[in-house]
Parts: sequence; structure tokens; C-alpha cells
Amino acid sequence: MVSRPHGYKLVDRVIEDPKRRERILEEARELMRIELNEGLAADVVNIAHGVYSPLEGFLVQEDYIHVLYDMRLSNDIPWTIPIVLDVDPEEIAGVKEGDYVALSFRGRIIAIMRVEEIYGWDKKEYCEKVYKTCSIEHPGVFKTMRRKELLIGGPIDLLNDIPEPFEKYRLWPKETRVLFQAKGWRRIAGFQTRNVPHLGHEYVQKATLTFVDGLFINPLVGWKKPGDFKDEVIVKAYEVLIRNYYPRDSVVFSVLRMEMHYGGPREAVHHAIVRKNFGCTHFIVGRDHAGVGNFYGPYEAWELFKEFPDLEITPLFIREAFYCRKCGGMVNEKICPHDERYRYRISGTKLREMIRERRSIPEYIIRPEVAEVVFSFDNPFVE
Amino acid sequence: MIGYTSEETKVKRSRYTTVSIPITLYNRIKDMIKDTGFTSVSQFVTYVLREIIADMEREKLESETISEDEKKRILDRLRRLGYL
Repeated sequence: MVSRPHGYKLVDRVIEDPKRRERILEEARELMRIELNEGLAADVVNIAHGVYSPLEGFLVQEDYIHVLYDMRLSNDIPWTIPIVLDVDPEEIAGVKEGDYVALSFRGRIIAIMRVEEIYGWDKKEYCEKVYKTCSIEHPGVFKTMRRKELLIGGPIDLLNDIPEPFEKYRLWPKETRVLFQAKGWRRIAGFQTRNVPHLGHEYVQKATLTFVDGLFINPLVGWKKPGDFKDEVIVKAYEVLIRNYYPRDSVVFSVLRMEMHYGGPREAVHHAIVRKNFGCTHFIVGRDHAGVGNFYGPYEAWELFKEFPDLEITPLFIREAFYCRKCGGMVNEKICPHDERYRYRISGTKLREMIRERRSIPEYIIRPEVAEVVFSFDNPFVE
Repeated sequence: MIGYTSEETKVKRSRYTTVSIPITLYNRIKDMIKDTGFTSVSQFVTYVLREIIADMEREKLESETISEDEKKRILDRLRRLGYL
């Protein structure tokens, strides 16, 4: 059976009825309008389609503070990354609590929001709590410190979805839940990624698939830091990998438009919650999940999961895989008795270096079909 | 209207409250959690209660409802996209 939604309610704040939608859109044109960037627009859509269940809108202050300090909403439901809408005071001049505002993206109204609360925030406090650092070297901190001065919280109602270049791979929780049931899957493992798959990822996914009914590969698309792989490279790489090396009936591939925060342990829990809403019963947590540089310990995320006995999605802690020349395949520390002389560890940095220098990549690191996709791009990396 | 600033909230909010448990139970838990990952009886009790309350809430809820029409629409889309 697919997992229950987080907080037991799959949120649906999409205005489907055409007449009602038209009427609200008409009214929304008269409202004060807040133009959103891509990340915030994606948050609005994710809230409406239940990806962030049980959130019905952007956090009000009480929830915000609880998430920051307790990693829980004010009703005690686990929640680790604040979903907040930042605005400049002049953007909302004249708006009072209780008013409605229109939210637009690229000039088009996508939702309305009832402003429940307008409040100030301390960005340094946010960074200390969420990222455990205020270093500007951290991409999450860098981004946060440039956000606007006020936060507004309140429920949203979606009128228009945002455009999705990978439309055929966009599935919402309601759809994946029906899909998993139709496939007869009872145990579904979610796999979060922002990378082109190498043999280490494949090993982790297939090791998991041995014990569950289905694998939900769900890469994030949207803003990423410079040096990360571009979305289209990730999608195309997975297309060829799945086509050539995965049993078709055991894998569902779908993209999720959601920005990376690089929040390490906290973000790992967030990623698990989101996949629980998609219906996953298990979630793969790898080495340095959602981490960046040396800001988090390699297995720090594993520790944090212990604080959430009520998460209701089972984290699968799978050790880093490496290639062992003596074993003749991908293994991990638990199953390989050989020493470092025989081991080749696939480092993301090293892999990117090889790609940048257009060097051929051994087949024990990356599948030839995946390498072909990567090299078909002049520059496969975010600039 | 601007709500409390973050600093004001820190002062105003209270994150814990007190509940009473029999002293005998308290002592029993205290002995039991020695050399475990739990650093206090409160931490243990919070952990256990969260586990139990999640179970109870889950049982209380009826199974998810999705109309047959909507399910059919979703299945059609999934077939069109090649997922089924």
C-alpha cells in the first residue's frame, strides 16, 4: 500500500472548475500582484498539488519559528525546511492581513493568496538553523541573504500551472499514487537526485530494488548552483540509462520542479517527506545527501532521521558504493574485504573534471550511453 | 500590519510544557535509558509519544478518497504518457 500523505491529508488547492476559475481569475486581475521568481512559483504549484502536504500555503510566523527551532510545524508534524514567501515592503504597500493578493509568474497570474500574516525575519538566524552556517560560501546562505525583507504567510489557490519543459515527466502526488496502485506496488522507494547517474547511483538503486516492488526516480529540476548538471542533461541521461539497464515495470521516472537548498541533513528529511507525499514507503538516503562542500558530515543526515520516529517513511541508509578491482564490480564497505589499493571511488568532482576535459570515462564509472549523452552537450553544466 | 519580529517571538514563545508521570515509572525509564542514545527521560517520553500518536492518528483516518471519475482521468493520462 502506498504511503499515507504527510499529516494524513493530501492537499489539493487547484481550482479545477472552469467557471469558478474564470471568475476568480477575473477578480484576481484587480488585486495587488506579487511577481514570483521561478523557485517561488514552483513552491506555489507544489503546495497546490500536495507535494508539500500538509502545507496549504506559505508558512505563517508560528509555523516558521517552530520549523526553524523544532523542525516541526506548530501542530508537531515533522517539517524541516521553511517554505516561505519573501516580499519587499513596497511590493505589498497597503496590503493588510486578511486581504487577498495575486501571485504571478512571468507576468501571468498563477494563484491567489489570502494574506494571513506579514512578518519580519532574521536571515542570519534562518541560515544558522537551516544550514548550520552563515558562510557566504554556502550556496543556500548566499541565496538566502539576498532574499527580501518581509515574509507573508497564508493559504494559496492555484489558477494556472507553470510551464514545464519536461511535461511528459511531470507527475503529481495524486497521479503517482494511482500509478503505484495500478502497478500493484506496495513498497516503493524514492530516489532523489540532481546528478547524471553513474555506476554508484545505479548500484544503490538496484540494491534497493532487490527489496522493494518499485523504484521512483525523481530528479529535481530548477535552480541549481553553478557547476551542477543542467536539467536536460540529467533527464536525457536517465532516459538512456533506464531504457538500456532497468526493468521497465519496476521503475517510474518523473521530474520534480523544486529548488535545491543544499541544506544537508535537514533537506534530506524534507526530500523524504516530499516523496512520502508521492506515495513512497521508503526513501534512499545516500552519502552527504543534499550537502555541499564540507559543510556537513558524510553521514550526518542519517543521524537526523533518528529524531523523527513519526516520519512514517522508512529511510534506507545505503553506504557509498565504489568499484573494487578485486571484487570486479560495484560494492560497498560492508561487502568488500579488500583494501584501498583495489578500490576506485567515484567522486562527483573528479567526474565533472573528466567531463570538462572531454576525457573518456571508464565503463566502471559511467555507462557508455550516459557518457554519450553528456558529451553531446557543449556545456552540460549550469553556469 | 507587521507581526512580531523574530527576536520578539523568541521571547514570547514557549517550546515545552510539563506533564506528570508516576515517579516509579520515571525511575524505571531513567534506568532503562542508561547507555542508550536517549539523554533524558523527557526525550524518551517525547519519542515514544510521537510514535504512538502517529499510529493513533493514522488509524483514526478513513482511507483516502478519490472519485472514480478522477481516477479514470488520471489513468488515461498515465497511459497517454506511457507510464502504463
